[in-house]
Amino acid sequence: MDYELVIGLEVHAELSTKSKIYCSCTTEFGGDVNTHCCPICTGMPGVLPVLNKKVIEYAVKAGLATNCEIARFSKQDRKNYFYPDLPKAYQVSQFDLPICKNGYIDIEVNGEQKRIGLTRIHIEEDAGKLIHDEWDRGTLVDYNRCGVPLIEIVSEPDIRSAEEAKAFLETLKAILEYIDVSDCKMQEGSLRADVNLSIRPVGQKEFGTRTEMKNLNSFKAILRAIEGEFKRQKTELEYGGVIIQETRRWDDNKGTSYAMRSKEEAHDYRYFPEPDLVPIVLEDSYIEEIRSSLPELPEARKKRYMEDYALPEYDSAILTSSKYYADFFEEAVKMSNNAKAVSNWIMGDLMRILKEKEMEASEIPFPAEYLAKLVKLIDSGKISGTIAKKVFDKMFQTKKDPEVIVKEEGLEVVNDEGALVGIVKKILEANPQSVADFKSGKEKAFGFLVGQCMKESRGKGNPQIINKILKEELEKL
Amino acid sequence: MELFELTAHELKDLLQNKKASAVEITESVLGRIDSVEGKVGSFITVCKEEALKRAKDIQDKMDKGEATSLLSGIPMALKDNMCTEGIKTTCASKMLNNFIPPYNATVSKKLFQEDTVLVGKLNMDEFAMGGSTENSFFRKTCNPWDLERVPGGSSGGSAACVAAGEAIFSLGSDTGGSIRQPASFCGVVGLKPTYGSVSRYGLVAFASSLDQIGPLTKDVTDCALVMNAICGHDPMDSTSIKTSYPDFTKALVNDVKGMKVGIPKEYIGEGLNSEVRKSVLDAVEVLRKLGAQCEEFSLPITEYAIPAYYIISSAEASSNLARYDGVKYGYRAEKFTDLIDLYKQSRSEGFGAEVKRRIMLGTYALSSGYYDAYYKKALQVRTLIKNGFDEAFSKYDLVLGPTAPSTAYKIGEKMDDPLEMYLGDIFTVSVNIAGLPGLVVTCGFDGNNLPIGLQLIGKPLDESTLLRVGYTFEQNTEFHKQRAKI
Repeated sequence: MDYELVIGLEVHAELSTKSKIYCSCTTEFGGDVNTHCCPICTGMPGVLPVLNKKVIEYAVKAGLATNCEIARFSKQDRKNYFYPDLPKAYQVSQFDLPICKNGYIDIEVNGEQKRIGLTRIHIEEDAGKLIHDEWDRGTLVDYNRCGVPLIEIVSEPDIRSAEEAKAFLETLKAILEYIDVSDCKMQEGSLRADVNLSIRPVGQKEFGTRTEMKNLNSFKAILRAIEGEFKRQKTELEYGGVIIQETRRWDDNKGTSYAMRSKEEAHDYRYFPEPDLVPIVLEDSYIEEIRSSLPELPEARKKRYMEDYALPEYDSAILTSSKYYADFFEEAVKMSNNAKAVSNWIMGDLMRILKEKEMEASEIPFPAEYLAKLVKLIDSGKISGTIAKKVFDKMFQTKKDPEVIVKEEGLEVVNDEGALVGIVKKILEANPQSVADFKSGKEKAFGFLVGQCMKESRGKGNPQIINKILKEELEKL
Repeated sequence: MELFELTAHELKDLLQNKKASAVEITESVLGRIDSVEGKVGSFITVCKEEALKRAKDIQDKMDKGEATSLLSGIPMALKDNMCTEGIKTTCASKMLNNFIPPYNATVSKKLFQEDTVLVGKLNMDEFAMGGSTENSFFRKTCNPWDLERVPGGSSGGSAACVAAGEAIFSLGSDTGGSIRQPASFCGVVGLKPTYGSVSRYGLVAFASSLDQIGPLTKDVTDCALVMNAICGHDPMDSTSIKTSYPDFTKALVNDVKGMKVGIPKEYIGEGLNSEVRKSVLDAVEVLRKLGAQCEEFSLPITEYAIPAYYIISSAEASSNLARYDGVKYGYRAEKFTDLIDLYKQSRSEGFGAEVKRRIMLGTYALSSGYYDAYYKKALQVRTLIKNGFDEAFSKYDLVLGPTAPSTAYKIGEKMDDPLEMYLGDIFTVSVNIAGLPGLVVTCGFDGNNLPIGLQLIGKPLDESTLLRVGYTFEQNTEFHKQRAKI
């Protein structure tokens, strides 16, 4: 029997506010353990939370950028559970009145558009981090992350394949980056997703029983988890088993998931309105002000690239898939005035190296100015395309200015005819057969000889000049 | 008269006229503590040396003309659920037996800025749960008027210390009557301010939506002085009300002519001790003679106030007290097998019976399947109670009634019957549920010479009216001048 996937995603994004959600501690990543915390974020007796206004602004921004209704009245609730990294033994979140609801984002898979609904976006505080290693007698707790603001974006169960899930996450990530509310660094945990997944025979209307896989923090893991869980549920059903509603942990190393807890033993969070915080009441004017401050979003930017730079839709879509790529692209174009070349470099060599090194768009090690300079070096004929590739790799590794690299390594194109004549003569002498072939009308042999000359000049010879000299010398023979 | 017997405003005059020094006053109070604390047991921590040093520093400042607050040099004490930097804050619980806060509560900070002298931290019911101060991990506090009786609770230490002259004034906290009922039992003035008018920052939470800090003083004038010092908007507490607060001493006017006073029938009916009823009705007569218009009216859902209060307060408490897990601070069990067992053992050993009872009650009321039947219903009752008061205040300037159904009872008398104890809150809890201010002044004594408290309930942020009526009552009666003899 053919089965269909039904997926809903819960995406947690850490907001890029400077201070935490309920106190003024810094949200900076990577401080020494327990140095970014105070009595408030560690829940000492007697302290009270005070909501950071920026959190509301960022959540509303996210809601507006994803076509949500913004609640004029919302409140915060306590979600009660004991866990060592949760110092108050409750998390302040939102339960029945989230700040945004009923939104959607449009994704594109295999050239087809699809709309994925968003149930809600709510604000909440992050928990701390447990350190299990380096200590064999127990577990240590780092409270630095306690109180870092999060938005949780909950999708409708509209996603039908791993590709759609990927497209959804990429589109969402791009939007969040564009509106500058989260840096979306997955390896630092600032973007992570829970996958709710069920399967059903194709054609069946009712949903199957779903499982939830928590805290996946790379696209690769999410895709593998979806595929793995799909197979597991399918096998289970095909062998007459039943799916149990449960939380499962995806082990990306082993490529399997295992049960964490079933619904029967699931937590009763005992939600109730957070009495230490007053309701959030938003004026229309406030929401409109934020709406008017929204920057150009990925879809609009893509269209602009197609029009302004005459780039193909495919290229425009990739360049605008991340704010980092798009900003990098535009800056480099501004300085080099060669959109097509810049686009080719980004889509080709740059993305290839980033992928090889498992780096994200935000981690491009050199400024856009350097790429612009590289393009100019080529356009002005100072280096050849072959050399440029070497310079690019070097630039990525050393973060050096390409002009400096070219100078230091003597990579400039040799235009000196005298020097090139010597090379040409040497090659003609060494390849009598090719010369004979050319004379007998085999045009291909000419190309071979050019190649040999280029090789002899270690790529630095100006190919046009070599061409010219080679023709002249061949005629002489 | 000894210095410790005086009020803050009387002492202020002596200080200004240089007839007494801050050190002498502090020494007098500390001496009083030395001589009666063994019998009364108001304190968990007495800060003798710090208090003397501070009194000296303040006197120096006053000599230079720098400490000019009306409360400068006045010895005071704080209920032990208000955080004091570097000084143990235990909530009278084994759980926080060793907890020394790294920060000051906003009220502590404000009183220190006023140059008051902290003489100690006061006994209470554990985590402010109880009506008799018998639920303290440390000791029982005795009523200075009769040492065999309870001082009321949970701010029993705060009321007893003022009645016994062990501090000139104190702060208590009131979640369901915890300032007003002990004030009534100990014959002092107690004010539960409007919710949000005094910052809760640094008050170890019992039930966040009901808790409110307020003063316990010897008379209404002192109450106004202390309110001036502690109330105001605090950016650290988001439930704190942003408004301009009046100078409460301006309310100290001896005149109630034309004032409209409503007396809920439900408050003076069955279940009320006859001596208490008589004193309260006598007080009504006093006000009437002074020109106030007093009449009875009905506050219909009074009987549901207690169950609603215990559901809401216990629900919030179960959540607020979940952080005491034996890991980060406070008591940790010595023997445990794993993390869950560490939580269980520490909480089993660290909390007393009353606290556990309420945690369980609250956890149950919030659990899925029961939320709608209990917590949600309680919130609906809360709205009805608020509406009832709104309606009353459309007709009356204030509402008047008794504070507690009886005067102070014997120690141990109600300990085995928590429900009976809960019923003692019948006249006070509605005020917390509705977030209103409530003032208690002494309006008489029963046959055992035990004080009886009159409760005045006001509109939100209308403490001034309460203080004015309380002040007028004091100016026309002699009850507030009586002191407990120990």
